[in-house]
Amino acid sequence: MKARVVEPWLLAPVERFVRESGARLTMVMTPSGQVLAQYGFTRAVDVMSAAALGAGIAASTGEIVRMLDEPDFRVLNHQSAQHGIFLGRFDSRRGPLLGLVVYGEDTSIGLVQLFFEDFVADLEEAAPAETPRGPVLAADFERDLNESLATLFR
Amino acid sequence: MNPERMYDALDRITRVRGVRGAMVVSAEDGLVVGEAVMEGVRGNAVAALAASLAARLGRAAGAAEAGAQRFVHLQAEVGAMLLMPGADGLVIVAVTDQHVNVGLVRLEMQRMVEDIA
Repeated sequence: MKARVVEPWLLAPVERFVRESGARLTMVMTPSGQVLAQYGFTRAVDVMSAAALGAGIAASTGEIVRMLDEPDFRVLNHQSAQHGIFLGRFDSRRGPLLGLVVYGEDTSIGLVQLFFEDFVADLEEAAPAETPRGPVLAADFERDLNESLATLFR
Repeated sequence: MNPERMYDALDRITRVRGVRGAMVVSAEDGLVVGEAVMEGVRGNAVAALAASLAARLGRAAGAAEAGAQRFVHLQAEVGAMLLMPGADGLVIVAVTDQHVNVGLVRLEMQRMVEDIA
């Protein structure tokens, strides 16, 4: 299975992260849930759901963090019987981004965290200079979302 | 496990000449439980990769019908990594330079396994 990306500079870092960490599913998105890259998802509806849920979890956890007068939300990990879910927020030249990773018993949270740090560094190195972005409007968001999904499942 | 005893035992391992760090790692998660490492040793990286290595070598030992894993000595160009499975899904890890007395480190690791059991 190949990683799918909206912008080409994301491809190499995502593929390296997946290969090294042993992640089963990986997604890079903005805090508003706009997907920039994904690996492992086979249906657009799953990507949309996971992105919306991931962004929601990051937002709600971020609010709890803010109530505690702590710096921004950074990392959350959930361990199930057979799968783990890792959600990390990081800064990039494209603004803050979220990484959502689902991993199985063949790897560990330690490895996922370790290679996620490298992944963030790889993205920072690969990211082109920031282009000015306008405010996210509802109409634009839906159009961008549809375009991203079309790219990710082309 | 008593944290005070764990750190005392880690200190005993790091007192052996040539040891650059020692840690207790959760075998399943690859996370650091306790560590005493020199500056420059990436504890979280060593922990994650050592736990993964221990798990894979354990499976290899099983496939070879060699029984349960007791001790792993990975000798690299300028140093070594020593692993010893402990109780409760823990692995004791020591990172050393190339001139270390492996037997002495192994002995301290064995004592630690017995201490924290």
